Amino acid sequence: MTSKSEINLQNFYVYNSAFGQSDGEEDKKILFYYPPKTDFDTQMKNVGLSEAIVKFTDTFSSDQLCEALHTQKSRQLYYQAEGGFWMVMTVGIPFVTKVKDGTEYFEYQSDDVQDNVYLAVLRQSYQMFRLFKGSFTSILSNSRGDVIHLKHKLDHFFSRYLLTLKLNHSDILDIFQGIQFLPLDKQTFLHVQCFVNLIEATFAQVKYTAFLYNDQLVWSGLEPEDMQVVYRYLVTSLLPAHLETELQGGSMPRHPSSPFLSSHYGRFVTGPANLQDASGGTGKVPKVYVNNDATPEIYHLVVYRALSATVCLFIEGSLHLNLDLFKRLDIFLGPQLTTLVSEVAEQCGRQAAGINANSLDPSPKFVYFNKLNLAQKSTVHLDSRRTGNVAVTPEVLRLLADINADKARMSTTGETILKTMTDYWVVGKVSNLREFYVVIHQKNANLIEINDEVKRLSDSQLKSIFFHD
Amino acid sequence: MAEDISDDYYLELSATPVRFESVSKVTNVFFDDSNKQVFAVRSGGVTGVIVKGPTDQITTSFRMEDKGPVLSIKFSPDQHVLAIQRTKTSVEFVNFTTDGEGLDSVEYSQSCKGKNTVILGFVWTHNNEIVFVTDHGVELFQVVPEKHCLKALKSHSLSVNWFVFCPQNCLLLLSSGTLGNQMQPLYFKPGNIIKLTKFEIELGVVPKPAKLCLLERDVTLATLYGSPSIVVLRHQPRGVTGQGAEIVIYTIQKMLTAKMSHILRLDMSGRFAINVIDNLIVVHHQASKTSMLFDINMAGESDGFVTYHQPIVGMQPIKPFSLRLPMATGSQMLGEPAHISCELYSPNWVVFQPNIVIDAKIGCLWYVGLRLHPLVNLIQDKCLLVDFLLQRKDSKPVIIQVLQKILEPSEKNLSHIVAIAELFDHLNDVYRSFLEVEMQSQMGTPASSGLSVSPARPSAPVLPKAPVVIDQSDMYTNVFSRFADRHTKDGDVVGGGKFVVWVLLEYIRSLTDFHIPVQHYLHELVINSLVQHKAYYQLHQLLQYHVVSDSKPLACLLLSLENLYPAAHQLALDMLKRLSTANEEIIEVLLSKQQILPALRFVRSVGVVDQVSARKFLEAAKSMGDSAIFYAVFKFFEQRNQRLKGSTAFSKGEHCETYVQYYQTLFNNNDNNAACNILEN
Repeated sequence: MTSKSEINLQNFYVYNSAFGQSDGEEDKKILFYYPPKTDFDTQMKNVGLSEAIVKFTDTFSSDQLCEALHTQKSRQLYYQAEGGFWMVMTVGIPFVTKVKDGTEYFEYQSDDVQDNVYLAVLRQSYQMFRLFKGSFTSILSNSRGDVIHLKHKLDHFFSRYLLTLKLNHSDILDIFQGIQFLPLDKQTFLHVQCFVNLIEATFAQVKYTAFLYNDQLVWSGLEPEDMQVVYRYLVTSLLPAHLETELQGGSMPRHPSSPFLSSHYGRFVTGPANLQDASGGTGKVPKVYVNNDATPEIYHLVVYRALSATVCLFIEGSLHLNLDLFKRLDIFLGPQLTTLVSEVAEQCGRQAAGINANSLDPSPKFVYFNKLNLAQKSTVHLDSRRTGNVAVTPEVLRLLADINADKARMSTTGETILKTMTDYWVVGKVSNLREFYVVIHQKNANLIEINDEVKRLSDSQLKSIFFHD
Repeated sequence: MAEDISDDYYLELSATPVRFESVSKVTNVFFDDSNKQVFAVRSGGVTGVIVKGPTDQITTSFRMEDKGPVLSIKFSPDQHVLAIQRTKTSVEFVNFTTDGEGLDSVEYSQSCKGKNTVILGFVWTHNNEIVFVTDHGVELFQVVPEKHCLKALKSHSLSVNWFVFCPQNCLLLLSSGTLGNQMQPLYFKPGNIIKLTKFEIELGVVPKPAKLCLLERDVTLATLYGSPSIVVLRHQPRGVTGQGAEIVIYTIQKMLTAKMSHILRLDMSGRFAINVIDNLIVVHHQASKTSMLFDINMAGESDGFVTYHQPIVGMQPIKPFSLRLPMATGSQMLGEPAHISCELYSPNWVVFQPNIVIDAKIGCLWYVGLRLHPLVNLIQDKCLLVDFLLQRKDSKPVIIQVLQKILEPSEKNLSHIVAIAELFDHLNDVYRSFLEVEMQSQMGTPASSGLSVSPARPSAPVLPKAPVVIDQSDMYTNVFSRFADRHTKDGDVVGGGKFVVWVLLEYIRSLTDFHIPVQHYLHELVINSLVQHKAYYQLHQLLQYHVVSDSKPLACLLLSLENLYPAAHQLALDMLKRLSTANEEIIEVLLSKQQILPALRFVRSVGVVDQVSARKFLEAAKSMGDSAIFYAVFKFFEQRNQRLKGSTAFSKGEHCETYVQYYQTLFNNNDNNAACNILEN
């Protein structure tokens, strides 16, 4: 096998044609351009081309906006984030070097870049921006139409965000952008729920609360559209980074000055690192914008963690956070969360043991997604860090997104079964706004056997929901 | 009851006291605390003995001969024999019939053993058993009224200073020793005396030279939370000086031994009297004319053996009492008040167990009662308050009021959630114990348990942890549903909507922790409250974790919410599926969504193809206007007909003629291939 090049980000820009209408002011319409070192002419040319394509395609179907432009070497994706604000991302198509008749040539693998996946990546980048900076229009209106302010914010955010894009590990999960829920029994869940209520009752500043265990959500007071963005931020960025610093710090850091207070394991992930030392200040607490579609609200996102449990507190953005509040939160949350997390852990351990006993044959892998509560589960992916740690080949993984792209044909219920040359069977089922994808690697199997296998899997995995056969 | 709430008196005297002739030169008054009868003996009985009891049945009067001053007079528990003590060495008996004749003319006598023995007193232990307590011990006799004689049954020798008797437990406590603090409890069973382990009561200060210093008046027998207890008033606590008096409680365990278990701190000195009301110890203090309230069930400081208690609430006098004067002639005409107020804590008061106060001078017997309403304001800690109330008789309405107040959606109560959680746990702990008792009684003890040869010993009977239970339906009707209703009417109170949900979930959490199945009406209330403040995603998560139990009514409720929250439809279907008894409903839901083929697939998957109505499906397919779908459904049922009846034709009873016609008009050439083409297009 010859080596393949990677999918790379060629450019990424945000523009609004409404700015710089008059001649000589065209540069004003470009709000952000990556790579930043690109000379202005190229920027203008690219943006101009995008404008033209969007306009041109609009004449064919005005209710469906242009989404992607395919060329041999690149793929350009379009997303109108807000009225007039277009975000464009161009990624390079990976290629393999081949030799034919003694001459070397590149064969571009355009199937490797799937429109629906990369459109989702583009859309996510907007959602993430909006979470931390607010919507474009609200930024503009806050600065009384001054574009400079918006440009600063875009630059500040995207110059760092784009470096964290994992284009080579984007797949069907980016399309779903789902949330993994922790399976829990009713009693433990109620304990978590009541703990959350207690926080909100005790601290009136806390408007919403979310509770996670490891990478899985247990409770969210936030609406799902906001939670899915926050969830992605927590699971792919904040918590892994926090874990890393914790690991580097060696053993569990303790409050050095008061050994008696450290009877719990709680600490702030966003907030002061040391509660005893007033000089350290309150640390860095991000502000987030939620409910952007209706009435935007601003909150401080205070994240507190004890062992494997994470509590996200959304504190009224207009309030000034002081060390005293953090101290009170720590005293309140620490001990209770420490006991609660051990209860949750025990419960999870019990369930994990039960699952292992049930599934003797782990070979069929599946991805499940429910559009209505954004619940997602995958045994194809071995962790939720999105680093390409998957149990199937990249080709098979891409098939899942292909089936997903095709699901419009299945209406409310339907099923697609594919077989690859490498003896992989990929099954996609849609029912009642739920999607279920199964990957089975089995030689010499026939359709009936695969169908039975899928049925078995869905009986064990989806037994408590209504999912059409 | 409105005025009851406004004052702080938590003790009151019974509204209608038992009246009797007051003590005078000619009248002697005796009280029998076993039968709760007051005897007013006029001129030694010649001019009459008037007996007043708590009920009319044991209120009577008779005359008897004057054979000397009466020292003590008591009826047997069944009121058939009257025992009169006139001398230090013997007791006289007279048979008594309640119907007509009254006192029998024959008097028979029984004297105690030994020449120098002095009878300190006597008590009836059973209907025809009486025990004499002498300074040399106790003697148990059987009374044989027919033969006018007594038969000695058992005796026990011991030098006795004084005794106290508790009729409820048939427990006699003898004081012996120079100081009077060597205690011998005796337990009387019919025909038998059972000796409990002797014990010594710790004294405050031992006088020198030693003399009798533990007196009868300082020792009370009572039943506290089902255990016989000895309540001892210690005027000076040991060691410490100037701390005031205290009460020491010895609990008798398993009718075997007495153990010091509680100390009540009075922090006062002077004359005290003790009553026991509803398992509470009431200590009356004469000097300050107030009373204190103690509950040994409440937590206190403990040193591992003894628990130290403070009064539950501050000292309060008994509620003032005024006596309605008998309709004296003329007094009304003169406009004089018909009521006179009685002096409380009067020196003429004598206190008897468990809750009797007698004023011999004005001739009144009252029962001291507890007023719960004032206590609601006096006990600040709501958890403590509810714990306290749960242990009281007839406290349910008061508890409900307390709960209504603390669970009212208000800014103030928002911060009480921690206390509320604890409160629910206490309520449900008791609730759980009730359910266990109920369950046990339903399982039933075998009718022939005495004869049963089964080796399995029945487990000890479970007792409810309190006399009052507040169950789910109480909470629902009296508390939760009221607030939910109010919320609907007033619109959003500050944090009100959230508060209602929080409190409900906390209650459900508590029920779940105590493994009590949650009733559907609470679930409905949670759902409705969440829907009211549009917390659909929160509702979704609750359903996802099955906090709300599945049921058909709830599934229907969810279906009705689909317009407000589209995902409710999916949740409803899932719930119906889990119920596994709702296939019919699932089919209906699918058909209503025009998901006809999925409905047929579902029918096939649950194996009811042969039962479903063809007409229903054909109608749904026809109304969809999609000929391909109609074709598929029609063919599906033709195949069924073929399989069941050997012919594709529909039988008459199925009423499918219109659909057959419709099929003909759609595919009139009757050419299947043509139809198949339609399917493929």
